Amino acid sequence: MSGYRNSPDAIRALVEDDRVHRDLYLSEELFALEQDRLFARTWLYAGHASQVPEAGDYWSLDLAGRPVMLVRQPDGAVRVFYNRCAHKGSRLVSDESGNAGRFFRCPYHSWTYKLDGAPLALPLKAGYEGSRLRECESGQGLVELRHVAVYRDFVFVRLADEGPAFDEYFGEVLGAIDNMVDRSPEGRLTVGGGVLRNIIHCNWKMYLENINDTVHPMSTHESATQAAEALWRGHGPEERKPMAMEQILPFGSGYDFFDRMGGRVFANGHSVLGINFSIHSNYAQLPEYEAAMQAAHGSERAAEILERSPQNSVFFPSLSLKGSPQAIRVIRPLAADRTLIEAWSFRAAGAPDLLFERAMGYNRLVFSPMSVVAHDDVHLFESMQKGLRAEGNEWVSLHRGFDPAELGQGTITTNGTNELLMRNQFRAWARYMAPDAGASA
Amino acid sequence: MSEAADFIAAEAALLDAGRFDDWLALFTDDGHYWVPLLGAAQADPLSHNSIAYEDRLLLQLRVDRLKNPRAHSQHPKSHCQHVLQRSVLENEDPGGELLLRTPFIYVEARGDDQLTLAGSCRHRLVRTPQGFAIREKRIDLLAPGRPLPAIQLFI
Repeated sequence: MSGYRNSPDAIRALVEDDRVHRDLYLSEELFALEQDRLFARTWLYAGHASQVPEAGDYWSLDLAGRPVMLVRQPDGAVRVFYNRCAHKGSRLVSDESGNAGRFFRCPYHSWTYKLDGAPLALPLKAGYEGSRLRECESGQGLVELRHVAVYRDFVFVRLADEGPAFDEYFGEVLGAIDNMVDRSPEGRLTVGGGVLRNIIHCNWKMYLENINDTVHPMSTHESATQAAEALWRGHGPEERKPMAMEQILPFGSGYDFFDRMGGRVFANGHSVLGINFSIHSNYAQLPEYEAAMQAAHGSERAAEILERSPQNSVFFPSLSLKGSPQAIRVIRPLAADRTLIEAWSFRAAGAPDLLFERAMGYNRLVFSPMSVVAHDDVHLFESMQKGLRAEGNEWVSLHRGFDPAELGQGTITTNGTNELLMRNQFRAWARYMAPDAGASA
Repeated sequence: MSEAADFIAAEAALLDAGRFDDWLALFTDDGHYWVPLLGAAQADPLSHNSIAYEDRLLLQLRVDRLKNPRAHSQHPKSHCQHVLQRSVLENEDPGGELLLRTPFIYVEARGDDQLTLAGSCRHRLVRTPQGFAIREKRIDLLAPGRPLPAIQLFI
């Protein structure tokens, strides 16, 4: 089906209370609309301030099809600009990261800009006398993204002028970032160890909803967990496991485990899975680290920070975060059937190196292009992308745990296997894709 | 030297033939398989992340998983082909450890899809009564930081 652009009702009809239509995953038209209505009007994760530590540092990336760059200012602020020369559109920087010095200089005709985007100089100035240049966009310097929020060094942007305010959009789920940062005795995280990048031939929503899918590990990851269990058989429960075993064996936990871990959904599609415990809860204790946390926060607060290690906190639609191990995944939709997934590791200031090794080790084991865990996930995402083209059933079931009372509620706490964590994402999707006002983009 | 180069060619041939247990047996007990995320520029496996950094235990897990009929991503199966350039001896230390560099092109095919990677292998070999064993197989990809699809077998 096509013709969604001018028909909010047709879009709304794709998301029923307990199931969604396959066009959400297959339609290129809907993907183009998502770029304008969903990704531009919600708050996307752009990067971490530690990627641009020094004045003049930049980090360039594509956000919802637009080239942007984070730039550290001389006053210490992080600002975000479109990576486009005001003259003819060349990107100002083509390396992913670097230091611009005191100004940006376009390689094409030497137009220059201050780090705050203001126009600095251009050649043959006399030629512009009497022209309209100064009044035009081209004479105003770089276009800055006006809606940028830096929350404890996590940089988010909203591309469009219309859309909710940052605090209103994320609300309570911001507590997951607080927990991750508070796990540093100095209250500071820095990215480290590089970024693992995966290209998957599936719609981005399949990846994002799977982050909340607690019922797949037993069957999807059976081959990996069985191999791990067989290799570890014969070792006593008290024996210290190698880090990789400690991280991979819990994937084989049963349905009951995943159900009891619990989940919570928030308005706008966000969620925290594993509010009671998770596959990350039983990593070996580190007495030295706990002492540093107690010294920094007091023992009661330190215990409060460390007692929960949720499986995943989703900042719809672009970010999934783990407080422990300190790792995030960034979801970058490229086309209806193509998604880039980035896995970043963090170093917590004042914490032992082992925490950073856990973050890198987990990302390597589970989110690398060579991950034996991810291989089966990726296979199934790509398999769904093909399978959904079958006729006779155009719907994807999200019935598990449906309760009509959940409709219209904001924050709901529920069991870990309730597909509410996915329905909640799609309800947010529909609200942005088919706004009630009937305004069409 | 030519014996070591023959060993490296035979090692790749075992992977191409899908003889993963035989391949794994070539490693020393403390052997590692390493694909650094920074490629040739990476100094060590712990200060920066890697696409893979595996000891015998993790390599065994990988090999065992491939035998499981419920390794879903192996339906259909993956096959690989290593195309090796001549190995060059980069160093031989007095302890008898050899370091060889072997540029390669690696192709992994599965169903309708085919993936091609280029780079250089660096083998750290030790002498054994039977010939050689691998202490470390390091794979420096040409562009390890770019977005990659699933790489399911062994480069």
